[in-house]
Amino acid sequence: MSGAEGLGASVARKEDRRFLLGKGRYTDDLTLPGQSYAVFIRSPHAHATIRSIDASQALKAPGVLAVLTGADVAADDLGGIPCGWTIHNKDGSAMVAPPHPALALGKARHAGDPVAMVIAETRAQAKDAAQLVEVDYDAHPAVAHLNAAVAPGAPQVWDEAPGNVCFDWHLGDPAATEAQFAKADRVVSLDLTNSRVAPNAIEPRAANGHYDDVDGRYTLYTTSQNPHLIRLLAAAFTLKVPEHKLRVVAPDVGGGFGSKIFHYAEELLVLWASKKVGHPVKWTSDRSEAFLSDAHGRDHVSHAELALTSDGKFLGLRVRTLANMGAYLSTFAPAIPTYLHATLLSGPYVIPAIYAEVKAIFTNTVPVDAVRGAGRPEATYLLERLVDKAARELGIDRVEIRRKNLIQPDQFPYQTPVALQYDVGDYPATLDLALQAIDYGKYAERKADSESRGKLRGFGISTYIEACGIAPSALVGALGAGAGLYESATVRVHPTGSVSVFTGTHSHGQGHETTFAQLVNERLGIPVENVEVVHGDTDRIPFGMGTYGSRSAAVGGSAIYKAIDKIVEKSKKIAAHLLEANVADIEFEDGKFRVAGTDREKTFGEIAFTAYVPHNYPIETTEPGLEDSAFYDPKNFTFPGGCHLVEVEVDPETGVVDVVDVAIADDVGVIINPMIVDGQAHGGLAHGIGQALLEECVYSDDGQLLSGSYMSYCMPRAADLPSFKVGNHVTACTHNPIGIKGVGEVGAIGVPPAVINAVIDALAPLGVTDISMPATPEKVWRAIQAAQGGAA
Amino acid sequence: MATISLKVNEKSHDVDVEPRMLLVELLRERLLLTGTHVGCDTSQCGACTVWVDGKSVKSCAMLAVEADGAAVTTIEGLAKNGALHPMQTAFHTCHGLQCGFCTPGMVMRSAELIQENPNPTEDEVRHGLEGNLCRCTGYHNIVKAVLTAAEAVRGGAQ
Repeated sequence: MSGAEGLGASVARKEDRRFLLGKGRYTDDLTLPGQSYAVFIRSPHAHATIRSIDASQALKAPGVLAVLTGADVAADDLGGIPCGWTIHNKDGSAMVAPPHPALALGKARHAGDPVAMVIAETRAQAKDAAQLVEVDYDAHPAVAHLNAAVAPGAPQVWDEAPGNVCFDWHLGDPAATEAQFAKADRVVSLDLTNSRVAPNAIEPRAANGHYDDVDGRYTLYTTSQNPHLIRLLAAAFTLKVPEHKLRVVAPDVGGGFGSKIFHYAEELLVLWASKKVGHPVKWTSDRSEAFLSDAHGRDHVSHAELALTSDGKFLGLRVRTLANMGAYLSTFAPAIPTYLHATLLSGPYVIPAIYAEVKAIFTNTVPVDAVRGAGRPEATYLLERLVDKAARELGIDRVEIRRKNLIQPDQFPYQTPVALQYDVGDYPATLDLALQAIDYGKYAERKADSESRGKLRGFGISTYIEACGIAPSALVGALGAGAGLYESATVRVHPTGSVSVFTGTHSHGQGHETTFAQLVNERLGIPVENVEVVHGDTDRIPFGMGTYGSRSAAVGGSAIYKAIDKIVEKSKKIAAHLLEANVADIEFEDGKFRVAGTDREKTFGEIAFTAYVPHNYPIETTEPGLEDSAFYDPKNFTFPGGCHLVEVEVDPETGVVDVVDVAIADDVGVIINPMIVDGQAHGGLAHGIGQALLEECVYSDDGQLLSGSYMSYCMPRAADLPSFKVGNHVTACTHNPIGIKGVGEVGAIGVPPAVINAVIDALAPLGVTDISMPATPEKVWRAIQAAQGGAA
Repeated sequence: MATISLKVNEKSHDVDVEPRMLLVELLRERLLLTGTHVGCDTSQCGACTVWVDGKSVKSCAMLAVEADGAAVTTIEGLAKNGALHPMQTAFHTCHGLQCGFCTPGMVMRSAELIQENPNPTEDEVRHGLEGNLCRCTGYHNIVKAVLTAAEAVRGGAQ
């Protein structure tokens, strides 16, 4: 249909109005009758025995309702926070999965580990009383960094994990890879770190738990990307109540970026405490608390080797990675450096053999899990840095070495040596489109211009591939997931023809209330304004797996399409009855059911009305009503890809890097709303440039987070970034009904190596060959001084 | 406790506040104006930006008692008689918001920015917004919205 509001239309967002008027409904905005407030006492030590907790003074403070500790949690038999993905070691044994009590019991294992919970009638009273709780700690040596954690004699985070190893896993064929290296003309190697970042959704996490003692039912309002997953984990593992006794609502949520996927202790604790104190209990994170309690991302140390022919054809890749898990295993943590990282190491290239080894390591730090991109940025950064280094060492142009090794459009479906089968793509097309957008032919002129102003100009490139909509359920189950990865949708046609869509995905900025309405418009011809999209409440939506891994449109949108298929099928039966024709002769087009080859037709509205007022109706064969549901389980991941180009200017006097141009060409599959797709790319680019140049979670050797607020953790601001040139080349995903691949993470995945490759390119004439993320002015300046033999 | 009198969105209030209460806490918790958000604890993110006597202020960095006698405008008071402010309209048409959490502060600061400088360059807009963080948009469409609103206001004034 593709009319003014269907696929491909930049419809302005339906959800905007409430946000622009200050009428959004975020978790902390909700205050319930009798509301009480929780504040958490968190360990100031990275590793310490909790000798005693004395709450006697706090309990006497004004307004205090309770002070709860790990002993109370244990006494009430609450479950530990579960990890939802089990990885197996090379020898087939399962990873070490240590306990994760909701409040630390016996020992605190990272700075920020919650030790006690103070509940009072006001937030200020809870904060005041928390100052009066005396916790006696016996501090132990701690370890924060990967190389230190695997060194002999390192402090042990868990007794059951000798050497701090959580798992030692591998993927690929070591013998085949060895054979490729044996015949290689050249081997290029690289040691690199993927820096640790904090997710930093601007809305801090919050949770409000309410126990209703009349019907014995709990309600949790929480900042979640996946309320049904939280209900599943809380009901089955932590709170231990039947699912129908727990409602989880994720209302408006102010950004997620992965950090709001996971089931956190605070969600369980406010529910549990609300029953104990007889009041709803609300907790809202401070930003500094968020740095110490939201799961972090990345934090890999890798050694990589690429085998090539002398003319630059890739033969084989070997990668050894240490991945930081932090002190506890967060919900999906083990999957990130394995099935979302090592499986992506072929990138968009033909690489005949790959062997990857990943060791996951415990440290006394905040748990590490998915942050925008989740494993795929780490794989892309490693590969694209390595390819650039190979080009330099072999004296081949950096664009040409990529072009020479890209998988060609006629090679799909393409089976990589690391498990994935890419269904479709056109990588040379996105490469050419990006080069055109940045006007690559005139780069030398721009470089000369920069030099005339005393600046060093660098050009950076990254050709990348990613994997979205992780699936199918049977496969992820075989790989260790504890959940299925389908999505559900219910489409309810109302008697007068308007539509409500109930989706198990969750929108926290992605614009589903608009784009999913566009899908209904595309299929049924109903104006977007007559379509309501409902998400975020387990009482209203049958089930769902939520929003992460850029899955919502590809998986959730496909579920909506499947449900609409059923609506159309039933509508045709009703139309056939009304038009006294065979069902097989009914066509549906432009919102009308027509007897093929005639002008006899019924509008969709007439069919909807008839379904609910079935006076003249095929009642013997067809039930009244017009509502249906679908669960869609994808056959494969989707594989967006593309090319990201960056130009930087470096001031050699100060080391300041200025990103002066960014041009990208992505293939995200069929596009519902180009304006929203571009917006997703913009946000991802800022996130990726942030990691490359500004952001980093810096830990001291003894496990103190030194960058624990916006005073010390450098978030990208408007003046740090240019406007972006965003282009798309579409090849439709072959295995979902809409052809969508996904766009939410492309920027964060593709752009970091392009930025760093550009900085190295700018500094190469000075002899600099390596720089790590974030490329801060200090780091760049020191690299320049070191390369030139000066004082660094 | 101290008693203060202030106008918020043209409505007068007399309220008893603890001396340590922040302006943003007064707005959110006492006056139930939850459109003004809190995104950090170091006055860096700007989600809590409101106008105090016409100038944008981070309401987490001002005590409620300091607002005694002041006229405060929050995001809830920006639209007049159901008509969006040109900055709100431009954020909508330019897709200058995603999750909406930074939006109230971003819109309040942006609306002030084009009052100060009715014809800003892109660079001036980017520097003018350095007190406000957004994680969703990469600022691209926010900058576009501010430039669009400035143009619309200039056009309307002619």
